[in-house]
Amino acid sequence: MTAILTNLFDGVAYGMLLFVLACGLAVTLGLMNFVNLAHGAFAMAGGYICAVLVNQQGWPFFAALPLAFVSAAAIGIVLERTLYRHLYTRSHLDQVLFTIGLTFMSVAAVDYIQGSSRVFINLPAALQGQFDLFGVGIGRYRLMIIIICGLLTIALQLVLAKTRFGSRLRAAVDDPRAASGLGINVPQVFAFTFAFGCGLAGLGGALSAEILGLDPYFPLKFMIYFLIVVTVGGSSSITGPFLASLLLGIGDVAGKYYVPKMGPFVIYTMMIVILIWRPNGLFGRTAAR
Amino acid sequence: MFGRRRLSWVATLAAVAGLVAATAARAEDTVKVGLILPMTGGQASTGKQIENAIKLYMQQKGDTVAGKKVEIVVKDDAAIPDKTKTAAQELIVNDKVNFIAGFGVTPAALAAAPLATQAKIPEVVMAAGTSIITERSPYIVRTSFTLAQSSTIIGDWAVKNGIKKVATLTSDYAPGNDALNFFKEHFVAGGGEVVEEVKVPLANPDFAPFLQRMKDAKPDAIFVFVPAGQGGNFMKQYAERGLDKAGIKVIGPGDVTDDDLLNNMGDAVLGTVTAHLYSAAHPSQMNKDFVAAYKKAFGTRPGFMAVSGYDGIHLIYEALKKTNGDTDGTKLIEAMKGQKWESPRGPISIDPETRDIVQNIYIRKVEKVDGELYNVEFQTFEAVKDLGKTKK
Repeated sequence: MTAILTNLFDGVAYGMLLFVLACGLAVTLGLMNFVNLAHGAFAMAGGYICAVLVNQQGWPFFAALPLAFVSAAAIGIVLERTLYRHLYTRSHLDQVLFTIGLTFMSVAAVDYIQGSSRVFINLPAALQGQFDLFGVGIGRYRLMIIIICGLLTIALQLVLAKTRFGSRLRAAVDDPRAASGLGINVPQVFAFTFAFGCGLAGLGGALSAEILGLDPYFPLKFMIYFLIVVTVGGSSSITGPFLASLLLGIGDVAGKYYVPKMGPFVIYTMMIVILIWRPNGLFGRTAAR
Repeated sequence: MFGRRRLSWVATLAAVAGLVAATAARAEDTVKVGLILPMTGGQASTGKQIENAIKLYMQQKGDTVAGKKVEIVVKDDAAIPDKTKTAAQELIVNDKVNFIAGFGVTPAALAAAPLATQAKIPEVVMAAGTSIITERSPYIVRTSFTLAQSSTIIGDWAVKNGIKKVATLTSDYAPGNDALNFFKEHFVAGGGEVVEEVKVPLANPDFAPFLQRMKDAKPDAIFVFVPAGQGGNFMKQYAERGLDKAGIKVIGPGDVTDDDLLNNMGDAVLGTVTAHLYSAAHPSQMNKDFVAAYKKAFGTRPGFMAVSGYDGIHLIYEALKKTNGDTDGTKLIEAMKGQKWESPRGPISIDPETRDIVQNIYIRKVEKVDGELYNVEFQTFEAVKDLGKTKK
């Protein structure tokens, strides 16, 4: 029984992490209709910035986390204004070619600057180890991930659904021309959203260094996972990718625990089954544009 | 007049002949070693260490041997076998190298094997550790290790030292399977029991579920083989999951506690017992000098990959000395067979029958020495041959 709960806990933590990493992609792909395969590069940037600040500059881990978010968002906004903006109206193939090129450049750049070995972030002692709660082993670090990511998800959902900015964003996505006719500065809304998505990826990258491992190949290694989350979840809302991440996280952990021989395939099997059952993803719009 | 013309004609001819001889002599004065290593990608630390060690050796011993100048040509294959093959072809055909050497992973060493056979030039394997490699070409010689060497020893050691139940966690590729099978064979034959067997995918992001399974199986120890670069991540998650506090020890071949990364793994790694060919803490004077020189030149500690590279280039030098500078591949490989020397890791030799390395395997425990983590050797198994050859 306790084994099930421990696995559930690990799965939720893993899923939450996937969600924070991938939800920026859900926003750019689903809301802005832009295929950004370089998403993982922003996650990697956040991770490396956090690692450098903590390991080399001696910053406390919790101070470096927000900075990972801010700097990834800053890189995001610079690239959006200078490069991405020109590709919004281009075909998806152009976008794919452009962003995959960007990914390779980021891999080579990080490899050159930081070396190709795996980087760890020195954690405060409070986050290390595991404690027992009614016999269930709870990893401190994973608990922190669940708390941070859970709060973020609620905040995101509230911002999108309840605030003025949220309604502007939805309007800008549904019909950019009408929205700008109503006085909404569409490019600004897009730029801000894009930067926010990159920031989330950066935060996710910093959080995942401990669990997924951070090296220059991060954007390529995990691109598939991000895409699975978005395709399975559907890209029309935040809830879809969120539930998809949880499902995949729990499925992956449980699969590796109970059927280790099949372990790595579980996540793909789940994707195939779900997509056969619902080709637009769990929460896809049935009548897509 | 006629005589004079004839004389000048002879002189020209002689001059031309002299020129030809001179160029020929210049070409024969250099010996080229084509070094194919992963310098980028996940295995880059292996490539870096071997390259560093070779540089160090050539600084110490000079770059001429038996009247020949040794020249190293490095090619990066990023541990991808297709690239290894292309690199080997280029080196053999265009650069006309006399040796190919390096090879970070088993598939890379195997990809180059048919080329070594065809071109009849020695292939010096300085890293890859699967037993079958040296059987794939009569021109392959190895200065690193085989997983059978360390895995059988740790299997024997474990049963004799009170470890009865073991769970295994190995990377799912050739060396991992070698490590697992040889360990199991010896451990079970000695009366041990394998209670859980997990093969993890090579590109594995998260060990957590596998480790949880290990923990719930309640073994005395886990036998671990992961490629050198993943050891750090494994040990971190091992500690995070509290396996150290549950009294489950880590044993295995020494890849998991590679000197290259050991010092950053944290105190959870203390007490890990591994069997391996080399520790930077090996107490010989030769090793102390080697470690000091390596640290001075490159700022890091040498690992077992570095020492394999160091011995690899030594073997090339010795072979050239023995053939008196003759670069015929078949003569060179003959010269390598049966070579014996003192390496920083201890006494080693090349088995004349299998062209594989014979070396001491040490049982080591991770301890803190002067505030740094080291694999401290406490038991020696002398002159261990590779037990993993299929042709016996």
